[in-house]
Amino acid sequence: MTRGPTWFNVTSLVVGFSFLYLPIVLLVIYSFNKSRLVTVWGGFSVEWYVSLLHNEQLLDAAWVTLRVAFVSASVATVLGTAAALVLVRSGRFIGRSLFSGMIFAPLVMPEVILGLSLLLLFVAMDQSRGFWTVILAHTTFAMCYVAVVVQSRLVGFDKSIEEAAEDLGCPPVKTFFLITLPIILPGVVAGWMLAFTLSLDDLVIASFTTGPGATTLPMKIYSQVRLGVTPEINAVCTILVVLVTMGVIAASLATRRQQVQKERDERTAFGAEG
Amino acid sequence: MPDHPPFIEFRDVTKKFGDFTAVNNLSLKIYEREFFALLGGSGCGKTTLMRMLAGFETPTSGQIFLDGQDLAGIPAFRRPSNMMFQSYALFPHMSVEKNIAFGLKQDKLSASQVSDRVEEMLRLTKLEQFAKRKPHQLSGGQRQRVALARSLAKRPKVLLLDEPLGALDRKLREETQFELMNIQEELKTTFLIVTHDQEEAMTVADRIAVMDKGELVQVATPAEIYEAPNSRFVADFIGDVNLIEATVSQKSASGTRLESVCEGLAIETDQETDAGIGDRVWYAIRPEKVRIAHGRRDEDATNQINGLVWDIAYLGDVSIIHSKVGEAEKDNILRATFANVSRMVENPITWDDEVVLAFDRDAGVILRG
Repeated sequence: MTRGPTWFNVTSLVVGFSFLYLPIVLLVIYSFNKSRLVTVWGGFSVEWYVSLLHNEQLLDAAWVTLRVAFVSASVATVLGTAAALVLVRSGRFIGRSLFSGMIFAPLVMPEVILGLSLLLLFVAMDQSRGFWTVILAHTTFAMCYVAVVVQSRLVGFDKSIEEAAEDLGCPPVKTFFLITLPIILPGVVAGWMLAFTLSLDDLVIASFTTGPGATTLPMKIYSQVRLGVTPEINAVCTILVVLVTMGVIAASLATRRQQVQKERDERTAFGAEG
Repeated sequence: MPDHPPFIEFRDVTKKFGDFTAVNNLSLKIYEREFFALLGGSGCGKTTLMRMLAGFETPTSGQIFLDGQDLAGIPAFRRPSNMMFQSYALFPHMSVEKNIAFGLKQDKLSASQVSDRVEEMLRLTKLEQFAKRKPHQLSGGQRQRVALARSLAKRPKVLLLDEPLGALDRKLREETQFELMNIQEELKTTFLIVTHDQEEAMTVADRIAVMDKGELVQVATPAEIYEAPNSRFVADFIGDVNLIEATVSQKSASGTRLESVCEGLAIETDQETDAGIGDRVWYAIRPEKVRIAHGRRDEDATNQINGLVWDIAYLGDVSIIHSKVGEAEKDNILRATFANVSRMVENPITWDDEVVLAFDRDAGVILRG
């Protein structure tokens, strides 16, 4: 059945995608604006990207953001993978559904609440806020996403592959690193990239948990925009959009590879003719 | 062989999963170089028994010995047995070579020893040209051979095979069964196979243990299990059988006489039984031991009965003929196998023919339970 797109389909596609992406496209276009006035087109130029290179404040903020994203994504990946392993592997234990529910709760919890509660915690602990508190906060919420992604990879995992490794003389911990981890690696990598991207563009939780000297890029942009939008901000945002897009695409590619691999594994498991 | 001390011994082994008893107080001895089969339906505890030997399950009570050593407390990765998994469980991210070498590397063998052994295994399983391939680039039969090579590479004291041929098609399965037997003869390793396929067990094994509900029902050679089953369960599980309900009417030194529930069928056998006169027993007779011919039986002859051909299953090499015997309203069916030795028969047995079914005095066995 070959049916061309109907007018209705085309229209809804155009309307939907314009709704989603027109603002971003505008932002990208205006980042190349020669004029200092954001709303007036004054010709093509990359001068705002160049002046960005000399904006110490923005560069500092970007550097903080990258470090926060890298560290928190890495820690979240380790913790999230461990959580996923426990939830998938340990069979039925008392409170298992409570635990799995609690892992997913932060996914739907309003960021303001999460940020506020973390702030209260850090205050109660008499912890001076800054770089490390932001990392802790980002690790906390990114971990859930990692757990979800890794869990989906583990569900289709044939446990007898691990048993085979142990049967051949490989102790359990070594088995995890030699067998389990390489097989679930696409899921782990996708989880890391997701966590990295989430941390990169988080504003709410970072504002609650940060302190002096640890201003992230989204926070910097937000505070500058309140004083008026400059083409420089447009340029920064364009770079952020590109980075996040690349992260999401890479994560989805890894997930797709994982899907293909999973199908292969299943065929291995059922011993079908390959 | 039973003069030797057992190589593998299960002593009063019980395994419970919650309320469910998978293996119930089971004792079993397996001898060195045996090809031993655990046979039973799904959920009979055969796989659990094997997994306890491999170290993946811990017995609730009882002991397991391998080559004189009590296996209690020894984790799976230190046991001198290797297992071939039903799903093959190949490492998907490693090539065939690396899969086979994996266990050897755990033993800290030198690189040259590892590669020598891998080559030997590749040769044994005829996989030389696939050494560099990943598991997903192999057919089912090739994967099965990789799994076999991997589990044999460490020269285990005993090779455990968990439904190893279940995923293969019939022709390949039969070929592989003979290959397994040849490999076992060549390596002289003790093989323990778990299967639900009675033909497979009969083909490959020296001895078979038939299991039901976590217990051993009969442990014997394939021929004994087939020709002298010790219960209706075994007779029915292995191959095709006619089970005729009967009562003991005469006992003498030369044998036993049974009166069957089928009118007109009295059975005389050479077999003695410890059942008393008047006790209810079953007479088990295989269809291929029932002779079928046109005609009526001689009056008062034993081991003969008149029948009416009801159904014929033509299988090519043989036909299985179902005949109604005894009182018409009771629907007693006696199955007889008819070997199709000639291509054309002048007067073939066909539907609604009146036939006589007969068998020898030693054709069947009396079963009490």
